[in-house]
Amino acid sequence: MARYIFFRLLQAIPVLLGTTLLIYYMVFAMPGDPILALFGDKTPTAAQIEALREQYHLNEPFIMQYLRFLGGIFVGDLGTTYSGQPVISVLQSTFPVTLRLALLALIIETVFGIGLGLLSGLRKGGASDNIILAFSLLLISLPIFVIAFVLQYLLSFQLGIFRATVGEGAPWSDLMLPAIVLATASVAQIIRLARTSVIETAGQDFVRTAYGKGLSRGRVIPVHILRNSLIPVVTYIGTDLGVMMVGATVTEGIFNVPGVGRTLFQAIRQSEGPTVVSFVTVMVLLYLILNLLIDLLYAVLDPRIRYVK
Amino acid sequence: MKLNRFGVGAIALAASGALVLSGCSTNGGDNAGSGDNSGKAIITANGSEPENGLVPTNTNETGGGRIINSLFTGLVSYDAKGAPQLDVAKSITTEDSQHFTVVLNDDREFSNGEKVTAKSFVDAWNWAAQVSSKQNNQSFFEDIEGFNAEADSELTGLKVVSDTEFTITLNQPVSDFELRLGYSAYVPLPEGAIKDAAAFGEHPIGNGPYKLAGDKAWTHKENIKLVKNEKYKGPREAKNDGLTIVFYSDPTAAYADLRSNNLDVLDQIPSSDLAKFQDDLGKRAINQPAAIFQSFTIPERLEHFSGEEGKLRRAAISQAINRPQITKTIFSETRTPAHDFTSPVIPGYSADVEGSDVVNFNADKAKELWAQADAIKPWSGTFQIAYNADGGHQSWVDAVTNQLKNVLGIDASGAPVPVFSAFRQEVTSGNIQTAFRTGWQGDYPGLYNFLAPLYATGASSNDGKYSNPEVDALLKDGLAATNIDDANKKFQAAQTILFTDLPAIPLWYSTVNGGFSDKVDNVVFSWNSQPIYEGITKK
Repeated sequence: MARYIFFRLLQAIPVLLGTTLLIYYMVFAMPGDPILALFGDKTPTAAQIEALREQYHLNEPFIMQYLRFLGGIFVGDLGTTYSGQPVISVLQSTFPVTLRLALLALIIETVFGIGLGLLSGLRKGGASDNIILAFSLLLISLPIFVIAFVLQYLLSFQLGIFRATVGEGAPWSDLMLPAIVLATASVAQIIRLARTSVIETAGQDFVRTAYGKGLSRGRVIPVHILRNSLIPVVTYIGTDLGVMMVGATVTEGIFNVPGVGRTLFQAIRQSEGPTVVSFVTVMVLLYLILNLLIDLLYAVLDPRIRYVK
Repeated sequence: MKLNRFGVGAIALAASGALVLSGCSTNGGDNAGSGDNSGKAIITANGSEPENGLVPTNTNETGGGRIINSLFTGLVSYDAKGAPQLDVAKSITTEDSQHFTVVLNDDREFSNGEKVTAKSFVDAWNWAAQVSSKQNNQSFFEDIEGFNAEADSELTGLKVVSDTEFTITLNQPVSDFELRLGYSAYVPLPEGAIKDAAAFGEHPIGNGPYKLAGDKAWTHKENIKLVKNEKYKGPREAKNDGLTIVFYSDPTAAYADLRSNNLDVLDQIPSSDLAKFQDDLGKRAINQPAAIFQSFTIPERLEHFSGEEGKLRRAAISQAINRPQITKTIFSETRTPAHDFTSPVIPGYSADVEGSDVVNFNADKAKELWAQADAIKPWSGTFQIAYNADGGHQSWVDAVTNQLKNVLGIDASGAPVPVFSAFRQEVTSGNIQTAFRTGWQGDYPGLYNFLAPLYATGASSNDGKYSNPEVDALLKDGLAATNIDDANKKFQAAQTILFTDLPAIPLWYSTVNGGFSDKVDNVVFSWNSQPIYEGITKK
């Protein structure tokens, strides 16, 4: 097990190097001159442009810029934004916010997704199954910004339950509404996954055996059916957490969440190389770790899976 | 019905979950904003994260600009109409608009207690004018004797006479120099600011109506908190206790906050709400002209656009555009058709400068002029207008090119460039082979500022590389005039020539669209489209 984890982490190194190189190159190759954009519709003098290029090392060849960035990582210096802030402090202020938002969304989607999926799967073909199915179809078909605006209108403007946007310090209570929005799309997916999986498991021999042994529904459903149905669901939730950690640009914009998505979007628009690459590096790292965790969880859920290498 | 019940149940459950979570959170529950300030009149307003550190001479965008304006004040400041009023200066005198003597009020201090002296101005300006200081607003000092845009050189035109007096010598007479002095590039800096400008930009110390609310007042990408600067004694004294500027990346979020009373003042309405925000907000809606002029430029070097042929074609194009129709249908009256090259909020503006007929829609005349140009050399190709696709310009470019198609019977289309930075690169490189979108926002409320940087030969933002010695001479004469009225006459005469040459086709003036919550009063937007924060009172 430990060996397995070690090799998986070793694999992460070339993946990280490759992605940072690619991303850095893409930012480098983006059209336009970020220095000119800093001046809006005005045109700076040649001397000004030159001085600023030098300051941000933009006049160096690509590979030098990349090596400078890599070298900086080892001493904890990820460069600075155009507003003079160290990128590392931007990371420190945005990732926790997005993490909290993602966790909240994850709790909501897990609880409702698995709960409703189980209910739906156990009562296959019943009234509740059909209603839940219709409900999940509705959620899947709505674009996220529609859900966001409708919920914002209903829950904030009309009912006043939540603040319309996220306030200072991004308190949990303000993150609730964007988390619900983020969760809605995934809830529907989880319901459908869980339902199929539950139906399949419920028809298996060991479930019939369990009932035959005289076990109660209260024991068979959680221990025998649910646990064995969770593998596809856990895979989905894991990747979903990864997606949410990368930041929900649209949702963060609508609710003014000072998180990863919003910040990264602005950085891309301003061609802020160091910021973009640092963010993406952290994201790749998170993805790799999450995937590893999911793989390890399989073994916990299904006794037939063992990691021996 | 069942579906509904489920929905409500989910929300209730989720809400109770939130309460539990916030109860045990350690880092998220810091609601200092509402807790500490109870009973104090703190105004909240929208803004955006400054693109640079908060150094006045390095800030040239509105995100940082509105904060700089609140933290600093200059020799003069502007009233709501854009007229200069003495602020730090007790008097500014000149005989010839070239040699100025400035006497300061002797009771002015920075928020740290340091006195504002002649040296605070002279040192700050001298530093910002150097190339090595890398200040975005460097060009504002170009008229002061000794300035050199290419290399470091001392501003020999600045001389400290005493703590409260200094003199300014310019390279040539500049009739609107006193007017310019209200711009934020000309504010004083405390001692030590220029030694470590980066650190100063994080924790600026100013002499304006507000100061930072402590060391951690600026939460990057979230907000900045200012409180009233009790040491400020001038015409801009704050009538509230503080100002919190909340950074939004999306105006829809800001507008949502305004409507739910979480935000007091907003100066940007999301485009999706432009058509109905005046109904939504009623008397709390603001829609007034701004010092922003928009146009598109057809450079001389394009085929068919040089010499007499080019003149005729430009006039034809200008008269083929039905501006009122576009401002009404596309912009819901949040733009007003242009009648000149400046803006109606600028003192000295006139809607009927001689020659301004050329911006009125006249399809017959347009066709006639186009035919005359065809007689010189027949038209070929497609007329294209380049724009940056990330700025919401597509709709009006399409409308304008459609009108050109219909009226002139030519092929016309937009030429989008994906992002602003790439667009500016193409334009400034001087190789762009189409017409392109241009615009200007006034730095200070003077006609000259809308004309010289854009149309004088070799000027910094003369993107079309336009050159006409007559215009240059009139602009220069205007600057040399000893009073602003005479100067404005010259500037208007220069505009008359611009109307025949049309180096840019005037389109419209932007208006500022905003609103305020029902918790505040006395909200006035100034000439530069920003709310006058210091005058706002809380109910």
